[in-house]
Amino acid sequence: MTGDVHNSTVSLPDERPPSSVVGPLAWIRANLFNTWFNGLLTILIVWLLFQMIPPFVSWAFVKAQGFGATPQECRAPGAGACWAFVSEKLRFILFGTYPYNEQWRPLAAIMVVILLLAASCDRRFWRAWFPLVWVAGLALVGVLMWGGVLGLTYVENSFWGGLPLTIILSVIGLAVAFPMSILLALGRRSNMPAIRALSVAYIELIRGVPLVSLLFMASVMFPLFLPTGVSIDKLLRAQIAFIMFAAAYMAEAIRGGLQAIPKGQYEAADGLGLSYWQKMGKIILPQAIAISIPPLVNTFISFFKDTSLVIIIGLYDLLGTAKASLTDPAWRGFYREAYLFIGLIYWAFCFFMSKYSQRLERDLNRSRRR
Amino acid sequence: MASETRDDRRERAAISFSLNDPTVRATVYQILVIGAVVALGWYLISNTLDNLSRRAIATGFGFLGREASFGISEHLIDYSPRDDYGRALLVGVLNTLKVSFIGVILATLLGTVVGIARLSSNWLVARMAGVYVETVRNIPPLLQLFFWYALITESMPPVRQALNPIPGVFLSQRGVWFPTPMPDPVWSTMGIALLVGIVAAWGVARWAKARQDRTGQPFPKGLVGVGLILGLPLIAYVAGGAPTALDMPVLQGFNFRGGMVLSPEFFAILIGLVVYTAAFIAEVVRGGILAVNWGQTEAARALGLPQGRTLRLVVLPQALRVIVPPLTSQYLNLTKNSSLALAIGYPDLVSIANTAINQTGQAIEGVAIIMGTYLSISLTISLFMNWYNKRIALVER
Amino acid sequence: MKAGFFAAAAAAMTLVAAGGAQAGATLDAIKARGFVQCGVNSGLAGFGSPDSAGNWTGLDVDYCRAVAVTLFGDPSKVKFTPLSAQQRFPAVQSGEVDLLSRNTTWTLTRDTSVGLNFAPVTYYDGQGFMVPKKLGVKSAKELNGATVCVQSGTTTELNLADYFRANGMSFNPVVIESIDEVNAAYFAGRCDVYTTDASGLAGTRASVAPNPDDHVILPELISKEPLAPAVRHGDDQWFDIVKWTVYATIQAEEKGITSKNVDEFLKSKDPDVLRLLGVTPGMGAALGVDEKWAYNVIKKVGNYGEIFEKNVGKNTPLKLERGLNALWTQGGLQYAAPFR
Repeated sequence: MTGDVHNSTVSLPDERPPSSVVGPLAWIRANLFNTWFNGLLTILIVWLLFQMIPPFVSWAFVKAQGFGATPQECRAPGAGACWAFVSEKLRFILFGTYPYNEQWRPLAAIMVVILLLAASCDRRFWRAWFPLVWVAGLALVGVLMWGGVLGLTYVENSFWGGLPLTIILSVIGLAVAFPMSILLALGRRSNMPAIRALSVAYIELIRGVPLVSLLFMASVMFPLFLPTGVSIDKLLRAQIAFIMFAAAYMAEAIRGGLQAIPKGQYEAADGLGLSYWQKMGKIILPQAIAISIPPLVNTFISFFKDTSLVIIIGLYDLLGTAKASLTDPAWRGFYREAYLFIGLIYWAFCFFMSKYSQRLERDLNRSRRR
Repeated sequence: MASETRDDRRERAAISFSLNDPTVRATVYQILVIGAVVALGWYLISNTLDNLSRRAIATGFGFLGREASFGISEHLIDYSPRDDYGRALLVGVLNTLKVSFIGVILATLLGTVVGIARLSSNWLVARMAGVYVETVRNIPPLLQLFFWYALITESMPPVRQALNPIPGVFLSQRGVWFPTPMPDPVWSTMGIALLVGIVAAWGVARWAKARQDRTGQPFPKGLVGVGLILGLPLIAYVAGGAPTALDMPVLQGFNFRGGMVLSPEFFAILIGLVVYTAAFIAEVVRGGILAVNWGQTEAARALGLPQGRTLRLVVLPQALRVIVPPLTSQYLNLTKNSSLALAIGYPDLVSIANTAINQTGQAIEGVAIIMGTYLSISLTISLFMNWYNKRIALVER
Repeated sequence: MKAGFFAAAAAAMTLVAAGGAQAGATLDAIKARGFVQCGVNSGLAGFGSPDSAGNWTGLDVDYCRAVAVTLFGDPSKVKFTPLSAQQRFPAVQSGEVDLLSRNTTWTLTRDTSVGLNFAPVTYYDGQGFMVPKKLGVKSAKELNGATVCVQSGTTTELNLADYFRANGMSFNPVVIESIDEVNAAYFAGRCDVYTTDASGLAGTRASVAPNPDDHVILPELISKEPLAPAVRHGDDQWFDIVKWTVYATIQAEEKGITSKNVDEFLKSKDPDVLRLLGVTPGMGAALGVDEKWAYNVIKKVGNYGEIFEKNVGKNTPLKLERGLNALWTQGGLQYAAPFR
């Protein structure tokens, strides 16, 4: 009967889709050549890449002088990158004028700070006791860098330099400025006109001037502000300038978070009869800070980059030591290697922080999306 | 129901001072805070005056009238070492504005292109733009400035072996020289013609829009506008005799004479600032375009609008609302970052004020001038942004 | 409430003002600290530069050590702070350094509006020009249109403009803050001419130039540059100590006393020598220091001639002649005031 044909259990094997739909060729067609304009652009970019990448690879790796070369070998015509410069100056660039034998201490201090930052990224640690961990960690960093106790020799902070200085300036600036910025953000939204005026004036003044001028102000004017006989260390002056600067920018980020909280939260808290500080402390600020963490991390990233400006007032952070290492008459002219090296360090720190901030933003938004 | 008795009214009229009253509390807090701030200010100022007088450091802005005696390598207005400090600082302000203005225009162009490129359907283009943005944003601007400056001064040939790609254009480690037209009255006529053309183009656009609203007839106001802006100066040029005399740079003695020169410092700071800020502007533009609901584009297409008109009439106006505030703050950042010129020797305001501070010893006045100028610039831009925000704000509860 | 704050603030103010009115605040701070904070050049061969181990050497550095010897008897009781030309005046005005010994030119403006007091001149110098030999320039008057590298914040910058204007020439300045970068720019060819004090030119050519013979220092000296140590206004006793330390080294050379033979001079018959070396007491007490201060300075650091020869003299790469820096009895300008 006719039913036999329909009851056949033999089915033909599935055919693969044509290669114009799946597979690498199809992908190239869909992504690189889908319109004639795109096709033109692809060809142009591939040509540019061929012009730029092989010479760079040849300069940086193939023809490069290894870690033990002398300046004469590096200057020979046809020589590539002089990585011997980096290896020769490595400890100076990373640690500045810190005493040579004690350089394990700034290295340890950097590790402690990186551990603290990594721990702060993990949301399991967002508890009330975590700030104490931060305080303990910073105290440990201070002991390592200054010494004087536990058998460590005392190293004055005019000898600090390089990467530890960059990290200390940014981390301490952030840590101390954070409570200040919360107060400023609350002050800016306050109903009391005097406090609001003061907060607005401070924030707009600091945000309206370049960091360079604040550093100038700190380095020439702070000593005049103090009575005679009281002197203030150059590093401390720069640190205070950074704290003032960070507080203003972070206050704006937190204000954005405060604005994003629906008015209903404020009204409900008032309805429960909570006082201002109870309302802020228990209801509003926890939510606001959680919302503003991505812009806060962005502020920290730009802050970290801005510490490179202390070279202008004579402090030798990572950029400063790199520039100083370039002035050695024997090793003059290897600016590409030096800048590439520290550029990589800065990039690594900032890139991972920004990836974390993006991931955090996605996580927080996911939890809030209905 | 009895109305208020006289006792009730007397009670209400009595002034009560109680910390339980929130108004009273607020006043007390504010007085405390203001008092603390004023006391701190008094302490700092009196210490400062005491220190200044004891060390016999001069105060006051009188130094602005003294002869400056130092040379400045680039100046938009006439300047010689015989001019006073006030003029030197003015030269600095003009240099800052020059770099900021040109930087803003170039950074916007580059940033918009990169931002749109990041959304391109071409995978390679999108990735390249992404690599550019992610690399540049994560490296300090000062490091980038140093790199560009070192690249220009150490990799370009010395002046006597300058590259000469086009006749009249010379590239060397001391800058780029190129020819300028000789002075001639036709250039001012062309300038006036350009202004007239801009005004006429704007007028034509308004008239065309009004006519389209009334009758529905379109008018090629774009083409006509471009024609006016380009054509009127061209007519003025031809009518003025079409002079082609050029002031060519010639190597005489130590350097090139004639023509115009762009110094390595100017180039370094311009390229550095433009490349750095364009990366941020690219992200702002991308965020703005992504913020517009895809449904808008779909609806526009359903109405039959072609791609160009969709972008121009539907997507861009909504994207601008999201783009303009952070864009303005990026412009502000570029202006403030131009203060980094101090580190590479470009004579902007901070650099010249720094020299003035060092030669006169008057640090407070110098820093005050720097901060005052930048504050005025940022407040102006902030005011504009507030006005714009209010104009386009969505009304909320 | 406001009145209360103001009253408290005013009280604090008077305390501060009263405390500051005593003279000698700088000297007291130094004695309490136990060492002198000295601002020096970050890298000028012969005057102030660190060697690769971080030890500071130079003429200005030696005078810092001499002042430390005067106060504490020990040339190591001094901390050196490297300063650029831009940073030096704020540093000494603010108290970051007590003594600025950094080849600083003594001018009216710096003596008055910048608030400094200058000790006797330790090096009489003049500003000069250095050009590459291959330019074939023989005199500074041939430099019209040149690009000139100069360090910012110096009298050099000002004199340069004056000189070119006076001679009807134009120039393009390349103004850089850090001395190392000025050097790098000049030797990379960024400018045609390098200008600074003639002693600085000699030092830079000797120590930094890839090939010293490729560069020539032009014969013209276009300005007076008396280089002297400086302290800030407000402490006369400290100023006197620095001033007379310098004079002690010059007086020692006038009398023929060197670090090698100073012990024999203790038995001298010359009353000037006895007063100088503290055998006849009185000079030390007047300054407020140990009577043997000059003896210690000469023994531990040297007399002016020794300091000169050790740092910038004929046997150093700088090979500078005494010239104006010879004693007044030998045709120079170095002249110590009497020790009595």
